Amino acid sequence: MFVNFFHELKSANVPVSLREYLTLLEAMDKKVIEDKVEDFYYLSRSALVKDERNLDKFDRVFSHVFKGLDSLEEGDIAQIPEEWLKSLTEKFLTDEEKAQIEALGGWEKIMEELQKRLEEQEKRHEGGNKWIGTGGTSPYGADGYNPEGVRIGQKEGRHGKAVKVWDKREYKNLDDGVEIGTRNIKMALRRLRRFARHGQPTELDLDDTIKSTAHQGYLDIKMVPERKNKINVLIFFDIGGSMDSHIKLCEELFSAARTEFKNMEYFYFHNCLYEHVWKDNKRRHQERMDTWDVLHKYPSDYKVIFVGDATMSPYEITYAGGSVEHWNEEPGAIWLERIQQIYESAIWLNPVAERHWEYTPSIQVIEQVFQDRMFPLTLEGLDNAMKELSRAS
Amino acid sequence: MKFEGTKDYVATDDLRIAVNAAITLERPLLIKGEPGTGKTVLAEEMSKALDAELITWHIKSTTKAQQGLYEYDAVSRLRDSQLGDERVNDISNYIERGKLWESFEREKRPVLLIDEIDKADIEFPNDLLLELDRMEFFVYETGETIKAAQRPIVVITSNNEKELPDAFLRRCFFHYINFPDEETMKQIIAVHFPDLKGRLIQEALNVFYEIRDVPGLKKKPSTSELLDWLKLLLVEDISPENLKERDPSKLIPPLHGALLKNEQDVHLFERLAFLARRERN
Repeated sequence: MFVNFFHELKSANVPVSLREYLTLLEAMDKKVIEDKVEDFYYLSRSALVKDERNLDKFDRVFSHVFKGLDSLEEGDIAQIPEEWLKSLTEKFLTDEEKAQIEALGGWEKIMEELQKRLEEQEKRHEGGNKWIGTGGTSPYGADGYNPEGVRIGQKEGRHGKAVKVWDKREYKNLDDGVEIGTRNIKMALRRLRRFARHGQPTELDLDDTIKSTAHQGYLDIKMVPERKNKINVLIFFDIGGSMDSHIKLCEELFSAARTEFKNMEYFYFHNCLYEHVWKDNKRRHQERMDTWDVLHKYPSDYKVIFVGDATMSPYEITYAGGSVEHWNEEPGAIWLERIQQIYESAIWLNPVAERHWEYTPSIQVIEQVFQDRMFPLTLEGLDNAMKELSRAS
Repeated sequence: MKFEGTKDYVATDDLRIAVNAAITLERPLLIKGEPGTGKTVLAEEMSKALDAELITWHIKSTTKAQQGLYEYDAVSRLRDSQLGDERVNDISNYIERGKLWESFEREKRPVLLIDEIDKADIEFPNDLLLELDRMEFFVYETGETIKAAQRPIVVITSNNEKELPDAFLRRCFFHYINFPDEETMKQIIAVHFPDLKGRLIQEALNVFYEIRDVPGLKKKPSTSELLDWLKLLLVEDISPENLKERDPSKLIPPLHGALLKNEQDVHLFERLAFLARRERN
């Protein structure tokens, strides 16, 4: 039962497990719902999806599986609606109307006719997205005026509820690949913070010591790791040029990052890291800092995050003098490698969508320099990036 | 036992099914949603509708899973032993029951609300896995096993501040309370203010959804804020005409303090009002 549905969910990367599937079957078995598609949709959603980020994926799969847009074969079409329509008739048709059906030659006759028309229609619209038309006077289809009209794919008769609940895709903006806001970024950055709470037990845990002493009958000292957020972060932001369209996203990351770490230093660079960085973009030519000074000042336990679209000419990375703004003695790649030699964990966050990376050679170059530690600036990417950062040391 | 919503609470179809599935299959129900969409209220209303006792366990950042089961008060036992109290010989005198234990003991099936589970430590839900699954736990100090007389109906709310572990999620039914659309909102208002004039509701809702649609608001007003605002409108006896007035100089709705909780948002609004006025001139 619904095995197909289950597999489709799996392959659409909705994290469903056998246990949840069995729960759904158990709920069906115990008759939690009536025989209505909407109810089944709500029930299966509640049983199988556990995170609002997956609701949109679920809606899409549900629509795909149960609407039979492309994958349903002709034979199936005739089978499914029959069961389905019968229960619908019982719901919607009055006794009088049922009598009229009898007059038309009975239920079987009507179903036969319906099947015929379904097949015809299947030929007319190729993979059409409605089983049968709406608003007509045929006995089949929604919004009809024929008294024995069978309502297909409609819940509340003529209230204009043409779009199925799962087709509305209300949860689109909760899908985590799509968009991130300050709050979401904070959530992802917290992964790093939590890690910072672990470590060597260095503090006396008074409560636990008292408790344990009372337990044991002798003085039993308990230590806990320091709970302070000790994470140090160094962020380099690419600014200007091709990054302008991503500025808003970066600002959000920046404001979120600021409150999440106690020690956070940021510097700006343009396109690629060279011998100078700056802190105030308006005064970038007056108040520059030597990159060496920065690297010397901050110890190697700092986590380094680069934020940039890495979109430039490959020469800007690999050749001395390649920079578009000034003459650089050493190629950017050397600087990037230096960073990685000094700092154990360094990653690059890229606001450009991952699927476009392969078309920009400079992105590939930097990805290589960073040994594939480049992540898209989506919630998922940020999450992976933080995992990567907290993995080292 | 079937939950159909109450006269004070509008339950949408999907919510009702999720609740009933959780009741029938005796699994916990996990509720998420924007703040102010009635997550906690749901548990209260469920207890009313099902005529079951409500046991609430508010979770804080310091709450431990063990506290929900029981706590062993070692300190007072130590003190009693110094004083030579008789009680000290029976360790069960120092076992304090937690909310979960309480709910296990009830003869009649209660509703157990675990409120804001995401506030607690990341390991918290994992520590409760077995207890919520089997509805039993073991008391080490006394060596007894506590088993639920009636599996309580467990409602868990989360504000999404932390991710919950997969193993925990797999055992729950999940429902995300979506922000109500205008129709549902009207029903909700009708439940709370039955004598409110229809026109006032319409105008207030228009203003409300307009505010929600303003891009860049730090905190969008939610259902509970709308209800507060309506209460104020009633008290102040503001007429629908007043709300309807689209005079740009009065773009900020009356008594906006109930809707906008953030001074930056108020500023944003004032700026928009200013811009609108300039456009007119």
